[in-house]
This record gives sequence, C-alpha cells and structure tokens, in this order.
Amino acid sequence: MSLSRRKLITGGLAATAGVSGVAAAVVLAQRYGLVPPDNGGFYGPGETLTYAAQRLLTSHSHAREFPRSMISKDPFANEVPPFNDEFKRHQAAGFADWRLTVDGLVSRPASLSLSDLKSFPIRSQITEVACEEGWSYIAEWIGTPLVNVLHATGLLPQARYIVYRSIDRDWWESIDMADALHPQTLLTLGMNDGDLPVGFGGPLRLRVPRQLGYKSVKYITHLTATDNLKSFGKGLGSASPEGGYAWYAGI
Amino acid sequence: MIAFFALLISGGEIVISHPRFYWGEVGNVRTAPLFTLPIPASRDTVPTGYGVLPDQNGWSRYLHFQAAWLAVFTGIVYGVWGLWTGHFRKNLFPAPGERTWRAAWEVVTRYLRRAPPSAAEAQVYNAMQRITYLGVIFVLFPLVIWTGLAMSPAFTSAAPWTVIALGGRQSARTLHFFVSGLLLLFLLVHVTMVVISGFRSRMRAMITGRAGTPQERI
Repeated sequence: MSLSRRKLITGGLAATAGVSGVAAAVVLAQRYGLVPPDNGGFYGPGETLTYAAQRLLTSHSHAREFPRSMISKDPFANEVPPFNDEFKRHQAAGFADWRLTVDGLVSRPASLSLSDLKSFPIRSQITEVACEEGWSYIAEWIGTPLVNVLHATGLLPQARYIVYRSIDRDWWESIDMADALHPQTLLTLGMNDGDLPVGFGGPLRLRVPRQLGYKSVKYITHLTATDNLKSFGKGLGSASPEGGYAWYAGI
Repeated sequence: MIAFFALLISGGEIVISHPRFYWGEVGNVRTAPLFTLPIPASRDTVPTGYGVLPDQNGWSRYLHFQAAWLAVFTGIVYGVWGLWTGHFRKNLFPAPGERTWRAAWEVVTRYLRRAPPSAAEAQVYNAMQRITYLGVIFVLFPLVIWTGLAMSPAFTSAAPWTVIALGGRQSARTLHFFVSGLLLLFLLVHVTMVVISGFRSRMRAMITGRAGTPQERI
C-alpha cells in the first residue's frame, strides 16, 4: 500500500523524539528547581513547561516601566472580599497599628509597623497591573523592595520561597526567590504620589509586576520564608491552585 | 486538532470573563472599549451579564497553556518535516505557472462553478489552497503565538519589543482574538470543503499522502 515502511519509521521516530524531548525537559526542570508546586494532575506537564521556560528566560529581566504620562487617569480597583472585623478596626484607627510579621527561615524574625517599613530605602515604579481576566491599568507604586526587608531580617540561604498572607486568612500566595529577591517586587505603601488607597490594597500590598494581578495580594500582614511549600495549606504553593488557578502567573 | 479545540474552547471561556476589547497598552471597565461582545460575562467586574455564567478561568488557563505547548511541539515536528522533505517547497509554494493573480482567479471561478478538478490537479494542491495553507502555517500560526506571548508579563519582561511592536498589551489581546477567529474560519472552510469533496477519500489522502484516482474518489 501507499503507507511505506520508511514513512512509518520516520513518523515513529518523530513521535518518539517528541515524547522523549518532553520527558527529558521534565527531568532537567526537576534538577534545576524549575518545577512549580502545583506540578501534579492533568495540567502538571504544561504548567511545569511554562514555569521552567519563563524562569530560564526571565532570570534577569525587568517588568516594563512606563513614562508618567501613561499612568491610568481612572484606574480600576478590582473587587475584594468583604472586610473582616480586624481590618475594619485597623481602618478606623488609620492603620496606625498595622504590623507586618516576618518569620520562618530568617535569623531575626520581626514585626514591623508601617513607619518601620517607610524607614527602608523607598523606590517607586510605574508598572502595569494585568488581571488574568484580560483588563489592565498602569499606576505608580511606591514602597520598599521586598528584598530589603528580607535582608534586614537575615534571610537564610536555604530559603526557596516567600509565603505572604493577607489579613483575610483565606488569601495567601507564595513566590520563588527569583521574584522575592527581584528589585521590582515591592512592599507597596503608596500609589500615584499618595497613600495606597484601600481599594488598591492599602495600607500594604505586595506588588509582583512580572506576574498577573492575582499574585499582588492586598492587605499584607505576614511573610514567611520557607524551603518547602508542602506544609502550607494543601501543599500546592498558595490559595490560587486550591481554587483552580495556577500558582505561577507569569503568563 | 485536539490542541486546537482545547485552545479554542479555553480561549472562549477566558474571553467570557471580560468580553470587552481595547486598543493600546491598557484597558478596563473605566476606559472606552474598541468593541464589546454582546454576551453575558462570567465576572461581575464587567458591566454586562453580572455573573450569569460560572467562572471557568482557572482550568481554562491551565488547559490553554498546556494545549499551546502541545500545538507548538506538533508545529515544530511538522515544520522540521516540511523543510526536511521539501514538502513546503514542492507542494505549498505556488508552482511556477501559478504565481499570477490570473491563475488564482481561475481557481476561484472554478470553485464558484463547482466544476470538478482535472485528473492532474486532483493530485496536487491548487493555487488557492497553496496560498491559504502558506498563510495559515507561516502567518496566522506564528502571529497567534506571538500575540499570545505578548500578553505574558514575564515573557514581555524578557522581550519587551514583542508587545511594543504590537502597540501594547491590549492591542496584542485584540489581535490574538482576531487571529484566532481567522484560524477558526480556516478550519470551518477547510472541513466544509473536505466534506463536499468526499470525507472518506480526503481523510485517507491526508493520512497516507496519496490522493487516489478520480474514479476512486467517487
């Protein structure tokens, strides 16, 4: 028949090469720590490929920064879950008693006030918030890079992830050290030359501009440095995979 | 095909969460859209629909990227095979006598008359097929991958020109939507033509690479 042996062999070789290429890539990714915590299940291979590929590409990259003229005049503050009583108490007190707890794999665990945070070197950046739904806006974000706080509290070299929590206990995320130590990852206290409005995460939001908006958790109260995410929640890395969303949101 | 349908369905689900399209860098419910799809949305951050449809973005995003990898790997295998065997050069680039508008027009009018192809022509791709396939393989597929990656905040941090060249993040999203639409249009027309010319014989031809004689094709 028309289906020659040569074609069968060529096709078979191509398919084998494809499958073994994927398998080899997964093995390499595991060796170099390029496997995301939500690597299990049906979507694990695709997620691992995306995370590994983007980590290799973005090791030294910076999120795009924009000129002041491109700041959105009327930015959209996404909806947030209803505030709990604890938040309302802080809001009534003008966030004077807001604390950021830093613990885990740090040699000097700390509890920092907002004014403590303001005493760190402050930088600002004009970056875009892009929601996974598709919409986006640009704002100026003012605060101190997370790396400053991690160094001040004596981050230990074995730390591989930073887990960060909102005052809403169901809202927590984590990032790897590539993002945690990145100069644009910002503990944000201000926006567009003013205090950070509550709708945009005030008094304290962690901006991770190389990932989608849902990684930039609002109302941050707690940072934990860890070498393993298994003991947090269901062990998938953050609340997002527990709700069906990818842990890594670089795409 | 599996990857294409997975991308189409999951892409559609993601669009439903925000069925508004913009041009330029930014766009949200507080900015004027280029156009809006008249469909209910799955999120109440959008003024249309107000949470009529359940949120499907989580698995849709996982599936979209997994299927994209599958499609890219398939595309690489096909591309290497096409170059290696000379398939692109021999069968897809228009034959010397066909590189005129006149030749293309003849094909169009013959399709419109619904005249059957000649025996010689039934064995090869005609001028219009060649142009269409080349457009899909070398224009639409690269463009859909590019516009997709241009929406990734991590990818564009490494290669900012990929989104700047398109006019911004929201332009990339709108172009991604239109290019996907063109690919869907190609698929629909392609499948329709295959069905018209005889589904079984065409499928046999696609898989074995032999068209068979006109007698067989009836």
